[in-house]
Amino acid sequence: MSTKRSMVHPYMPNSVPEVKNAMLKELNAASIEELYQDIPQSLRLKNPMNLPKPILSEFELKKHVESILSKNTSSTEVINFLGAGCYQHYVPAICDEINSRSEFLTAYCGETYSDHGKLQAIFEYTSMMGELLDMDVVSYTTYDGGQAAVSSLRMAGRITNRREILLPGTINPEIFSQIEDYCKKALDIRLVDSNPLTGQMDIKDLKRKISSKTAAVFFENPSFLGFMEEQVETISSITHEYGALTVVYVDPSSLGILEAPANYGADIVCGDIQPLGIHMHYGGGCAGFIATRDEETYISEYPTYFYGITTTKNTGEYGFGRALNYRTSHGSRENAKEYFGTEAGLWAITAGVYLALMGPQGMQELGETILYKSNYTSKLLSTIPGVKAPLFQSSHLKEFIVNFDETGKTVEQINKALLKYGIFGGKDLSHHFPNLGESALYCVTEIISIDDIHKLVSALKKIVEE
Amino acid sequence: MENGDKIVKLRRFHQAKWDEPIIFELGNKGERGILVPQAEDRIKETAGDMAALIPAKLMRKKAPALPEMSQGQVLRHYLRLSQETIGADLDIDIGLGTCTMKYNPKIHESFVRSPKMTDLHPLQAEETVQGILEILYKMEQFLKEISGMDRFSLQPGGGTQAIYSNASVIRAYHDANGEGHQRNEVITTIFSHPGNAGAPSAAGYKVITLMPDENGYSDLEALKSVVSERTAALFITNPEDTGIFNPKIKEYVDIVHKVGGLCAYDQANLNGLLGITRAKEAGFDMCHFNLHKTFSSPHGSMGPCCGAQGVTEKLAKFLPVPMVEFDGEKYYLDYDRPYTIGKLRKFYGVPPVVLRAYAYVMSLGAEGLKDVAELSILNNNYMLHHMLQIPGCSVPYEEGKRRLEQVRYSWEKLKEDTGVGTDDICRRTVDFGVQDYFTSHHPWIVPEPFTPEPCETYSKNDIDEYVGIFKHIAHEAYTNPEIVKTAPHNSTISQIDPETLEKIEKFAVTWRAFQKKQNL
Repeated sequence: MSTKRSMVHPYMPNSVPEVKNAMLKELNAASIEELYQDIPQSLRLKNPMNLPKPILSEFELKKHVESILSKNTSSTEVINFLGAGCYQHYVPAICDEINSRSEFLTAYCGETYSDHGKLQAIFEYTSMMGELLDMDVVSYTTYDGGQAAVSSLRMAGRITNRREILLPGTINPEIFSQIEDYCKKALDIRLVDSNPLTGQMDIKDLKRKISSKTAAVFFENPSFLGFMEEQVETISSITHEYGALTVVYVDPSSLGILEAPANYGADIVCGDIQPLGIHMHYGGGCAGFIATRDEETYISEYPTYFYGITTTKNTGEYGFGRALNYRTSHGSRENAKEYFGTEAGLWAITAGVYLALMGPQGMQELGETILYKSNYTSKLLSTIPGVKAPLFQSSHLKEFIVNFDETGKTVEQINKALLKYGIFGGKDLSHHFPNLGESALYCVTEIISIDDIHKLVSALKKIVEE
Repeated sequence: MENGDKIVKLRRFHQAKWDEPIIFELGNKGERGILVPQAEDRIKETAGDMAALIPAKLMRKKAPALPEMSQGQVLRHYLRLSQETIGADLDIDIGLGTCTMKYNPKIHESFVRSPKMTDLHPLQAEETVQGILEILYKMEQFLKEISGMDRFSLQPGGGTQAIYSNASVIRAYHDANGEGHQRNEVITTIFSHPGNAGAPSAAGYKVITLMPDENGYSDLEALKSVVSERTAALFITNPEDTGIFNPKIKEYVDIVHKVGGLCAYDQANLNGLLGITRAKEAGFDMCHFNLHKTFSSPHGSMGPCCGAQGVTEKLAKFLPVPMVEFDGEKYYLDYDRPYTIGKLRKFYGVPPVVLRAYAYVMSLGAEGLKDVAELSILNNNYMLHHMLQIPGCSVPYEEGKRRLEQVRYSWEKLKEDTGVGTDDICRRTVDFGVQDYFTSHHPWIVPEPFTPEPCETYSKNDIDEYVGIFKHIAHEAYTNPEIVKTAPHNSTISQIDPETLEKIEKFAVTWRAFQKKQNL
C-alpha cells in the first residue's frame, strides 16, 4: 500500500494507518507487499491502472451517477407498447419492499440454519408456481426464460436419448439463438412451418418432420408473435405418438385465464417470471423456471438447485435444504446435468410475493384486463387506413402484430414518429421476420389505460396520413 | 473469550424464530392482497365476450390454488421470513469464501431503484437509453484496463455463464480455424471452481482434471502430460480455493499455447489481485470477473448477477451480441457481428449489476482498487495467523507460507481428536450470529474443509470476533463435543432430517408434492 497517501476509505476500515500497521506488526511484515511476494515480479503491473480519478464523497458520486441516468427516458414517462420477452406490468409496492430487504438482498448461498427464511421463501415460490402451472416439480430460477428453454430441451434429449428437436418458425429469435448455441453439440434443430394466415403450427409439416429421432416438440403459448397456439392437444398427441416430449414455453402472467400447459399434454413447461412483480431493468429482470411432473426420470435431469422441504427434531417444525445435489455441477463437476451457477434468486422470492398478493382472483382479473385491453387496441388500430391488426387470424392475449405495409411507411419511420408523441411503438419485426413485411409486435398490459390507447390510435392516424 | 492477547466477547445471540407457517396455511378464501386495474365497460363492449376471445380448450378450467391473503398479512409473512435470514448486511460474513461477501454500498441501491433504471424496456430506441448505454460502455473500458483484455461482454448472467460463454467462444474459434472437431478436450484443476469443469462439459468438451501436488497446485509435468493437439483450452483459477498464488501460471499458459490451445482465467474472484497482476501479463486469452463479488453488487439470495467476459482481440469477433459501441457522439448496440456465438441470455444481461459496479469503480479509482486487494490480503493473513493458534485447525500445503485473499483450512485434526467435524462446526457458528460457512465444493480434497475470505470491508475487530467464535467452538469440541454435534441451538430451527432431501421418493420442492407424499 502506498505510504504516500493516508486516505481512509469508508468501505475499508483497516485503511486507518495505525490499524494497518498494528496488523502488519503482528504478522512480522514490513509492508503488505511482503505478504504477496509469491506473485512474480514479471507478472506485476508496473504502472497504476488508467482509470478515472475517484469520486470520493457519496454526495458527488450520487450527483455523477444520477446525471448519467437522467439521460434515460423511463417507460413510466411515456406510453410503452413494447413487449417481446420483457414486460411492463404493474409492480406492487410490497414486491419492491421485500426484495430491498437487506436480509434477502445481501444473502447468498447460506443454508438450512442461517437462512431458513430465505429457503422457505424459495420453497413457497416453487410451490406457488407449481399451483399456477399445475405441476409438482419446479426448478430454482435459471438465468432467464431462454436458459430455461434450452435446458428443458436438453433435458428432453437426455430423457428420450434422442437428438432432434422440432421448433416452430415463429419462435422468439433471441431464444432461438440461445438454443442454437447451447444445443450445438447435443441436439439437432428442425423448424416446423406455420400457417401464414393464422400463425398456427402447420400440423401436416409437423407430421412430415416428426420421427422416432425426435426428442421434443417445442412451442410457445402464447407464441412470441402474440397468437395463442390452439392445436395444443393435437400437437401433444402427435408428439407422444412418436415417444417424444412436449415442451411448452408459457407466460406465467397468462395463467389466471389460460389453461396450464400440463393439462393439454405438456411434459416440460418453461418460461420467464419477469412479468410476476419484477421491473424490466433494461432486461435484467428476467429469470427462468422449469417445471415437470414428479417422476424420477424428470427430476434426475434438472441442472439447477432444488430446495426441498423436510422435518426437524422438533415436532411440527419444517426445515429446508438443497436436495439431490449430485445432479448439479457443484455436486459432480463435468459429470453433472449441464451446469448451473448463481442465477436469479432474488427474482424467485419477488415472484413468490407477487403470486401471494395476487391470489387466484388477482391472476384471473389480470388476465381478463389484458385480454380486453389488448383486443380493444387491435380492433381500434384496424380502423386506421392501411393498418392491419392483428395480422394473424387467431386469438391473442397481450401481444399482437400490427402490419403497416399498405401505409407505405416502414415500422422504423412510424416508431420514430411515435416517439415524438411520447409513445414507444411495438418491436420492429421486419429484420427477424421479413416475410411479415413492415410489421411490429405490440404489447398491451394492464397498465395501459383507455386514454393511452386512444392517444396511440390518434397519433398513428396522423402519422400514416402524413 | 481470549484470542491470543485479545479479549473477545462473544454474542449471546438468538436468531428470530417466528415459527412461521407455510404460506398455504395462511389467509382465508376471498381475501385479496392487491387489486388490479379493470377494463372499462366500453373496452369490454368493443373487445367482445371473453368466451369468444379465448378458444374453449385454452380457457383455464380450474383456478390455481394460490394463497388468498390480505396485503398486511403478506407483508408480515415475508418480513418474518426475512428476519429468519442472515444477510451479509447483518453479520460478519467472512465464512462464504471465494464469494467475496464485501459491503455493498447502499447508495448504489438508490441508483438501481431509480425509474431511470428499473423501468427501462430493453427494446427502447437507443436515443432514449443513452445513460445506461454509457454506463455499459464505460464499464467495459474500465474492465479492459483492469484485466488487460481487449473486449468485454457483459451479457453473461453470472460467473458460471461467463465460463460457459468462454467455452462457447473457444469452440467458435477452433471451428473457424477448422480444428473444432479435433480439439475436443479442456483441462482444468480440481481446485478451480466446478463451473470450469461443468460449463465446458455442457458445451460438449471432454474434461481433464489435474490434481494438486504438495505445493497446492498441479505440477507443470502433469500439465505437459495431458496437453496435445486435442487440447481446446485450459480453464484455471488463480489463486485457487487454497489462496496460494500459482507462480508458474505463465508457464502453464505457454505450455497450452504451444499445442495450439487457448487459456481462460477464472477471475470470478479478483479481490486479491486488483491492480497487482492481470490476466494479460500472465498471457491469458480470456478471463471473467463476477461483478457481484469483486465489484460489490449484492448477491441477492443467489442472483441476479453478472459475469463479465473478457477476451483478447483475436477472440473479440466471437463474443455474444450485441456489443455496446460509441461513435463519438452517441452510444449504440451493434448486432452486425457475423462471427458471434449469438445470445447467451436475453437482451444484454443484468444492467443494474453493471451500474452498481460502475459506481463502485468510480468511488475507488485505480489506487483505491489496489487498496482493496492489499487490505484483503492483509486481513486474510492476519486471520490466518490467529486461526492457526486454534487447537485442531490446520492449513494444508506450503506450511508457513502467506496466502492471498482466502485460505482453505482443515478441521481434520479436531475431528480426529474430538469427533467434531466441519459440518458440526458450521452448524454451531450460526449460534453466534454469523452465516454458516463454505466448506468446499465436491470432492473434498482437503479433509474437513473450511474456506473463509475476510475481504477488505471487514475490520480488525470483526476478524477478532470471527476468530473468537472458532476458538470457542474448538474449545467446546475438546471439552463438551455434544454441544457442537447437536447444534444449532440458537437458530430459527433445530437439526433437520437430511434423508428426505436425498431420497427421491420423499423429495418435495412444492407444497402440493409434499402433501401428496405425506398422505401416502
